[in-house]
Amino acid sequence: MTMLESLLVVLPEVILTLGATDLLLVAAFSTKPNLGRRVSIYAVLMLIACGLSLLGPAGDGGAVFGGLYNADAFSTFSKILIYASAAIAILMAPRFFDRRGEMRPEYPILILLSALGMGFMVSSGDLMMLYIGLEMQSLAAYVLASFMRQDTRSAEAGLKYFVLGALASGILLYGVSLIYGFTGTTSYEGIGIAMASGMSTGELFGLVFVLAGLAFKISAVPFHMWTPDVYEGAPTPVTAFFATAPKIAAVALAIRVMFDALAPATDAWQQIVIFVALASIALGAVAAIGQSNIKRLLAYSSINNIGFALIGIAAGTQAGVAATLSYMTIYVVMTLGSFLCVLQMRDADGRPVEGIASLAGLSKSQPALAAAFAIFMFSLAGIPPLLGFWGKFLVFDAAVAAGLFPLAVIGIALSVIGAYYYLRIIKTIYFDDAATPYAPANSVVENGLIALTAATVSPLGYLLVPFLALTAGNAAAALF
Amino acid sequence: MGARNCREPCRRCALPLSRSRFLQGSQDNVIQAFAFYLFATIVIASGALTIVSRNPVHSVLWLILAFFNAAGLMLLIGAEFIAMLLVIVYVGAVAVLFLFVVMMLDIDFAELRAGFTRYLPFGLLIAVVLLCEMIFAVGVWNFADIGPDARMGTIDPDVPNIEAIGRALYDRYLLVFEGAGIVLLVAMVGAIVLTHRERGGVRPQNIGKQIKRRPEDATRNTQPEVGKGVEL
Repeated sequence: MTMLESLLVVLPEVILTLGATDLLLVAAFSTKPNLGRRVSIYAVLMLIACGLSLLGPAGDGGAVFGGLYNADAFSTFSKILIYASAAIAILMAPRFFDRRGEMRPEYPILILLSALGMGFMVSSGDLMMLYIGLEMQSLAAYVLASFMRQDTRSAEAGLKYFVLGALASGILLYGVSLIYGFTGTTSYEGIGIAMASGMSTGELFGLVFVLAGLAFKISAVPFHMWTPDVYEGAPTPVTAFFATAPKIAAVALAIRVMFDALAPATDAWQQIVIFVALASIALGAVAAIGQSNIKRLLAYSSINNIGFALIGIAAGTQAGVAATLSYMTIYVVMTLGSFLCVLQMRDADGRPVEGIASLAGLSKSQPALAAAFAIFMFSLAGIPPLLGFWGKFLVFDAAVAAGLFPLAVIGIALSVIGAYYYLRIIKTIYFDDAATPYAPANSVVENGLIALTAATVSPLGYLLVPFLALTAGNAAAALF
Repeated sequence: MGARNCREPCRRCALPLSRSRFLQGSQDNVIQAFAFYLFATIVIASGALTIVSRNPVHSVLWLILAFFNAAGLMLLIGAEFIAMLLVIVYVGAVAVLFLFVVMMLDIDFAELRAGFTRYLPFGLLIAVVLLCEMIFAVGVWNFADIGPDARMGTIDPDVPNIEAIGRALYDRYLLVFEGAGIVLLVAMVGAIVLTHRERGGVRPQNIGKQIKRRPEDATRNTQPEVGKGVEL
């Protein structure tokens, strides 16, 4: 394969690299007013271009660069989700930052660079590519977390995320070095071949450390401690970004590592994933109950949801992977919608409000926003007519088909407990005495996005289910 | 020295080539062994002194000595390119940077060390656990399973060191190498985003404006009469 053909396969990454570096130059030298908004628009256009480039060889070009990089249906599926959530995270930012005059052009640029790293993660075919992608994504994320540097909570979130993230990277690297030491290769394919002839204790050690590092990135219990603090402290658009794109990338990466490299060791990682899944669901359900801050609550909700997504992986089957991918898609839409609603929580002066109590009586002051909020909460709780139910159904179905009855039963029981705090928010919105009303929601872009995401998770979304099932099935089939 | 000069590449033991030559001659043998033990002893000694010396500047200086001798060890096994890199990158850039940072930061190292004895038991516990794990991991290491061919790329005796590294970096691992470059770019952008401030009250030089300025704009000729001043 010639260099040009290889570059065509990595076209999304090429576009993002050139785009981000060019926008950096624009940001450094342009003197035009409203630079942040302009750069944001270019960044969104670039993400759309990346999405379109997946139609070409970048979508199914196979392995290039000596197997370091894989372009298949699985990476394409994950990348579309990643680019879409990154674009929405950029679109929802300007109004939030403008109030403090902090809509700096570096925000969309860092998101582009983070998306670049995530592209490497989901396409990786080698432990080195995995690490480079992960580090690129994380470094940009640390900076984004403390983007509002005058705000002490934001700075604290960035520092916490950085220190704990560096620790997780260290753990992951230790695992990578053990696996490399005992198998003699870093490529997923080679590791799979080496492990097929029996797994040594050293390889098991490496596997555990790699999984621990990845569990940190998807904020699964017991590596979730950073999540509530970082989600609360980071600016709301950044939190929305953290809860969506990096999660998809890390889950997709975990799937790739487990099914490409560690497939012969399925028995070894399956028990770890089952434990992590149940622990995440349980902790996410119980710890969220006492929260009074909506962003913290959504952080626990994301821990809870990752647990459900892991059930599909724990099944260890193709149907399980397809279920996880569908679940993550639905989760991303619900989460983006919820955070878009949280962005509308502003007092009369435009200051963001985060207390759950302040939602009281929203149904009277802003019925449309209240209805959207209710739809997202019902969907996150997995109440039947909404799309969130379908995702949960798929993962439990896959677990039962793989014979994991206890896992499915405990998971369903815990999801009922988890429904409590979502319903409590709806009760606050609809039945509590009115609190001070919020400033009117008048941003066309944000209202449009809320309407779109709400329509998707509403029963109308079932029209998309056949398409979603088909693409997720194709994506999962690419790994088997 | 290096891979090129070795007539009999030692594939079987997968040792770097000069080491295999190292086992052949008798005269060379003694000198190389002497050099090895000299370098190794100094590395270990200066490494220990880096940790124990009270003055942080002395620590950095000991660190530089350790780097130098590690480079000597690299030369001995025939990895001359890595030896040069160690000297240029670690001694030339990193260590000097450390030195500057240590000298510029006003850190009270005595205060930093104050908690040392308090945290010592806990630190020792962690260290012992890690040590046990490492011994365990090395203990279960089964060389026979891995095999020299799997452990490292096959060595072509006709390809010099630098060329072999270049081929790996710019051919096989091109994408990872470029990716690492972007990671560094992200780190740089991050540092600027978090620390750069537009300060008011500074007067930046505007070169365009300076060049456009003509003498007519700034000066004028007048011929004041005797006894009268100039109107400004």
